[in-house]
Amino acid sequence: MSEILSVKNLSKRFDDLTVLDNINLSVNEGEVVVIVGPSGCGKSTFLRCLNGLEDIQDGEIILDGENISHDKKTLQKNREKIGMVFQSYDLFPHKTILDNVTLAPIKVKKRNKKEVEQEALALLERVGLLSKKDNYPRQLSGGQKQRVAIVRALIMQPKVLLLDEITAALDPEMVHEVLDVVLSLAKEGRTMLIVTHEMQFARAVADKIIFIDGGKIVEEGTPSEFFDNPKTDRLKKFLQTFSYNK
Amino acid sequence: MGFDVLFKGTNFIRLLAGLGVALKISLISVAISIPLGIILGMIMTTKNVVIKAVTRLYLEIVRIMPQMVLLFIVFFGATRALGINLSAETASIIVFSFWGTAEMSDLVRGALTGIPVIQYESSFALGLSPLQTYVYVIIPQIVRRMIPLSINLITRMIKTTSLVMMIGIVEVLKVGQQIIEANRKSSPNAAFGVFATVFLLYFLACYPISCLSKYLEKKWEN
Repeated sequence: MSEILSVKNLSKRFDDLTVLDNINLSVNEGEVVVIVGPSGCGKSTFLRCLNGLEDIQDGEIILDGENISHDKKTLQKNREKIGMVFQSYDLFPHKTILDNVTLAPIKVKKRNKKEVEQEALALLERVGLLSKKDNYPRQLSGGQKQRVAIVRALIMQPKVLLLDEITAALDPEMVHEVLDVVLSLAKEGRTMLIVTHEMQFARAVADKIIFIDGGKIVEEGTPSEFFDNPKTDRLKKFLQTFSYNK
Repeated sequence: MGFDVLFKGTNFIRLLAGLGVALKISLISVAISIPLGIILGMIMTTKNVVIKAVTRLYLEIVRIMPQMVLLFIVFFGATRALGINLSAETASIIVFSFWGTAEMSDLVRGALTGIPVIQYESSFALGLSPLQTYVYVIIPQIVRRMIPLSINLITRMIKTTSLVMMIGIVEVLKVGQQIIEANRKSSPNAAFGVFATVFLLYFLACYPISCLSKYLEKKWEN
């Protein structure tokens, strides 16, 4: 397995406030890394730093052999390689579902429209939304919109996919349909970094779990090490907040 | 009922010509207001405190001041104080553009600030450049929000042109009055017929525009 994403000594500060402190992470191709931690610990900010939505004060981000952390041009050129899906799906409200999905490949990759549409339809079918292709985002449920958002990111064939609490804004009965899609992506070997509060899901999907607290990686390990044998007190305490049997 | 006067001589044609004057003033003013309003609206989204205060003041002045007062200030005031001899039509175009630009800029500002930041971010995250983001994602959304509202502004402007007769412009309402006065003896009921016709003419001018705005609003609702 070869390394696809490497983060070295990444630090992010807002004025005096250090949000991320000296983060190091290496992600191999096909690996699924789940990031957990208490609210406000910096995990979403970390994902946003990786695709340049936030600037960083220290450190390096190397994606597929290119340093994308310092130069806007290199970042812009490589952004299509790193897809992101947000908590609030954020489809483009003025475009149909199909147009939402095909916009980036046509405009950014300058690909042939017909070809892209074929591919988009196949992907929409895969997530069970082929019949919605001519609808507008407002006509879809939250779970459906989120599946479209995943397809919209996938069609760019990103090397790494970032999922930022993608089920946090969904009604409980819709969480499953979205997580199923993510799970199937993991099985086919997509490289993903996932921020989530769904611990059961984390366990099922992750190759590696990272626990961030106070802007630092406190603990990392395989799902079984992580859940069954947490080493630090902070992680033990954090995991306890998810169980109700005392 | 007084409709008969309309068919005397060229009366009806004169009314239509009067409507033409009203439409001309409002449409020229709209044509000036829209580009100026867009530019000003974009300026208004800056964080600069001074620019914000000045544009705010301008907006408030336009909102508070009755259009008629503005008309009098520009038409009578400018002639006296600055020694500029404005035609009544120029003066009214200035006033209507002054008003329209303010309203338009506020619409643009509202539309611009109403687009959530995440719309920009999700576009950037897909690899679109800032320019592509504006062209394909942001501007189409702004236009959709703004067009129905600015069409509304156009109908309001057409309606408000009835004020310009106060500075001596013979537009549709004034023509109506003239017809009534000229026929006071022969058809004393002319007032109803003539004003009803004026009403109808305004309606015919504004209603299709208003329908278009409703149609677009419905078509583009998000």
